[in-house]
Amino acid sequence: MKPFATVLEVGTSLNNHTGSWRTERPSYAHRLPPCNNACPAGENIQEWLSLAEQEKYEEAWREIVKNNPFPAIMGRVCYHPCENACNRVTIESPVGINSVERFLGDKAIRDKWAFDRPAAKSGKKVLVIGAGPAGLSAAYHLARLGHKVTVKESLKKAGGMLRYGIPQYRLPRKILDAEIKRIVDYGVELEVNKKVTNLAEVVESKAFDAVFLSVGAHIAKLTEFPTSPRSRVLDAVAVLRDMENREKPKLGKRVVVYGGGNTAMDVARTAKRLGAKEVTIVYRRTREKMPAHSFEIDEALQEGIKIKFLVTIKKYQNKKLTLGKMALDAKGYPQPTGKNETMETDCIVLALGQDSDLALLEKFPGLEIADGALKVDSRMMTSHAGVFAGGDMIPFERTATTGVGHGKKAARSIDAWLRKVEQPATEKHPLATAERLNKWYYAEVSENKRKLIDIAHRTKTFDEVQLGLSEAEALNESRRCLSCGNCFECDNCYGVCPDNAIRKLGAGKGFKIDYDYCKGCGLCAAECPCGCIEMTPEDI
Amino acid sequence: MKNTQANPKGIYTISNRLGDQANRAVQASEDRPNSLTSGHRACQGCGEALGARIVVDAALRAAKGQIIVVNATGCLEVFSTPYPETAWQTAWVHSLFGNAPAVATGVAAAMEVKGRGNVRVLAQGGDGSTTDIGFGCLSGMFERNDDVLYVCYDNQAYMNTGVQRSSATPPTARTATTPPVGSEPGNVFGTGKNVPLIAMAHQIPYVATATVADVQDLEAKVFKAMSMRGARYLHVLVPCPLGWGSPPRETINLARLAVQCGLFPLFEAENGTVTRATKIRQPVPVENYLKPQRRFAHLFKGGKPVDDRLARMQEMADANISRFNLLGHEETCK
Ligand SMILES: Cc1ncc(C[n+]2csc(CCOP(=O)(O)OP(=O)(O)O)c2C)c(N)n1
Ligand code: SF4
Ligand SMILES: [Mg+2]
Repeated sequence: MKPFATVLEVGTSLNNHTGSWRTERPSYAHRLPPCNNACPAGENIQEWLSLAEQEKYEEAWREIVKNNPFPAIMGRVCYHPCENACNRVTIESPVGINSVERFLGDKAIRDKWAFDRPAAKSGKKVLVIGAGPAGLSAAYHLARLGHKVTVKESLKKAGGMLRYGIPQYRLPRKILDAEIKRIVDYGVELEVNKKVTNLAEVVESKAFDAVFLSVGAHIAKLTEFPTSPRSRVLDAVAVLRDMENREKPKLGKRVVVYGGGNTAMDVARTAKRLGAKEVTIVYRRTREKMPAHSFEIDEALQEGIKIKFLVTIKKYQNKKLTLGKMALDAKGYPQPTGKNETMETDCIVLALGQDSDLALLEKFPGLEIADGALKVDSRMMTSHAGVFAGGDMIPFERTATTGVGHGKKAARSIDAWLRKVEQPATEKHPLATAERLNKWYYAEVSENKRKLIDIAHRTKTFDEVQLGLSEAEALNESRRCLSCGNCFECDNCYGVCPDNAIRKLGAGKGFKIDYDYCKGCGLCAAECPCGCIEMTPEDI
Repeated sequence: MKNTQANPKGIYTISNRLGDQANRAVQASEDRPNSLTSGHRACQGCGEALGARIVVDAALRAAKGQIIVVNATGCLEVFSTPYPETAWQTAWVHSLFGNAPAVATGVAAAMEVKGRGNVRVLAQGGDGSTTDIGFGCLSGMFERNDDVLYVCYDNQAYMNTGVQRSSATPPTARTATTPPVGSEPGNVFGTGKNVPLIAMAHQIPYVATATVADVQDLEAKVFKAMSMRGARYLHVLVPCPLGWGSPPRETINLARLAVQCGLFPLFEAENGTVTRATKIRQPVPVENYLKPQRRFAHLFKGGKPVDDRLARMQEMADANISRFNLLGHEETCK
């Protein structure tokens, strides 16, 4: 008999299924990027950056407007929590998401891109009360879902605080108008100068199948201190609103602004542009405690605005302002010291926060209101079925982007409610944390920052302060995205598998693991730059 | 030919969808040869199996598929060809542990005689077969400038027979024959040989070092070698999870750290002169490279170095860094 080995058929090693050695199994995961997780409007930022980096700008814009109809506006006024969450900070600095969003938004206006066709008509009518970011977002999303939408706005024009709160140098009105017009062109009926004074009437009329309330918060909070008849005390909400009139407010040469939020910065910088020589912000705590965003404080200071910290207003009589000096106590709270200082000013503008005008709800019993804000459930529905609410009038963070998010969420809930269907529970993937990145693979690339126009120009005109990125800059900026937690086809896993157990499916199709041969060494997971490969123990 | 591609995304991954697709790495292409295919019996995370596929795939591309591989005895040979199976998808011969360079010389001569100079010969073996037992044959192949690309897969010991010390084993490393006992635990300082430098001393056309941690660099060096005739030598560092005592998933990271700490300099030399050395991109102390490996565990106690041997390893790395000018920015040095 022949020796054993020589009687075997010669063959390939493919007969040897080494996958049986495996104790851990790799698989491709989809993790939630931190930017997406942080976006109040729920944008899929990573996805649109990925389209942008391939120069598919229109597709990128279409991806944004699935969630947010205002890329050009938000690319200017959003405080970009996405960038604060961006993992790229662990390499050098976050991706300039907001500036790429603005680039796409501006390009969409220039190139006249229109929204995708809406869903088939539902035959349902929805009323939106208030045409701010929340109301317009709800209107857009409802229209997209096939409903007939009417928006009633009490002021002369739509936009809410985007128009009557945010100065033109931060948001040029032609940008605002263009993105609102696109929503009107989408079939949303907009009625301005139509204040709804009694919600009960509207609901009883049965003219609408559902209502979305988004009246915002336009009433300035005030404070009391002794004044003389000639003392001019104004409020920031009125000043910023009046800026939209042909006749601009007259503030005088010396202006004091009382408050430390973004509105205080906005009104101070507006006063400067209106010709005030001396603009002073008076704030009772320290810079660290200021609610205004740091970059807005910096920009105000660059423009020559002075800030007095740790002072309160005592009295304002005959142009003489008496300030009470404060000092921090052991716990860091400001306490009066009993010492005063005085200064001369032509007017004081109060920027102490805003309340909602809820008069329209007075004759509509049963709605839950706490601390001047209307309560809603997780679907954004008030305690009255079919009446939903969002934006600054519900207790939540008051930013335009939050409003856009509320509008979207409410629209989807209204849609489900009108169609009498359950809203599908959205599965939330685990977070793509920075620890999962293999940073070796990412080179340091500095951020493409937007430039500011020069100071002299800034303090004299209402021209936009921040310039946009060029196409080349926006492209490079989008390419800084690390693609946290989701495959971007870098071929690392495919290239490093010692067992040739990864199948490449072709451009855009990703990879597949051949578990017949994968020994579970974990090299693919270790060398994946973006951390999208998960190792899980096998049942053995 | 260097397998470069424009890198608009600023990443060092094997490929990049934004880059030049025609010039992407062989390992990134769907139709790569997979010369060493699935089902081989190398350990999980074997650096040698990975290195061999990258090298032979690139050589096959460069020679338009006309390659004969001559393999010395060792893990690569054993795990790829347990009779009657083979994982090789190319012409491949095995003879003995110590004679691969001589066999390769013979194959090249035969091709020449048959007028088939387009068939290229690639010889390969482990560090044991290259730096020790096959060294005489190798030196002869260099000296005669035979038309062979010889690739050494250096895992720094005789792995296939149970991790015995070779002349490529670094000082202090624990192997079966250099146990961590006695006055100088592990492999002793002041021994071993540097075969890339010895190869250069033969004035052969091309000598290069590489690792499995940089696929593009390794491929580029294979392409460069294949663009030349005569004796060429490529020395590839291939971590071995079994012999080094490291988790399989760490194979590439360790190869990367070996380079970044300076212990394994990456360079190319032509006709005896260094033409290029790769700068260290993220310098690290040798400790970062040594600590994750159990073969160096005896250097540390409670996370701290036990004696001056760690410092002596660092001196070796520093000597490489100054000899090859590995710090700084520019890509080439002369
Ligand atoms: C003449 C001879 N001596 C000893 C052996 C046993 N042997 C087979 S493989 C091997 C070690 C190979 O070490 P290396 O060349 O470094 O390759 P590795 O297995 O580490 O990849 C030895 C000693 C042999 N096959 N032939
Ligand atoms: S012992 Fe080392 S070289 Fe040999 S197959 Fe295992 S990992 Fe590879
Ligand atoms: Mg060896």
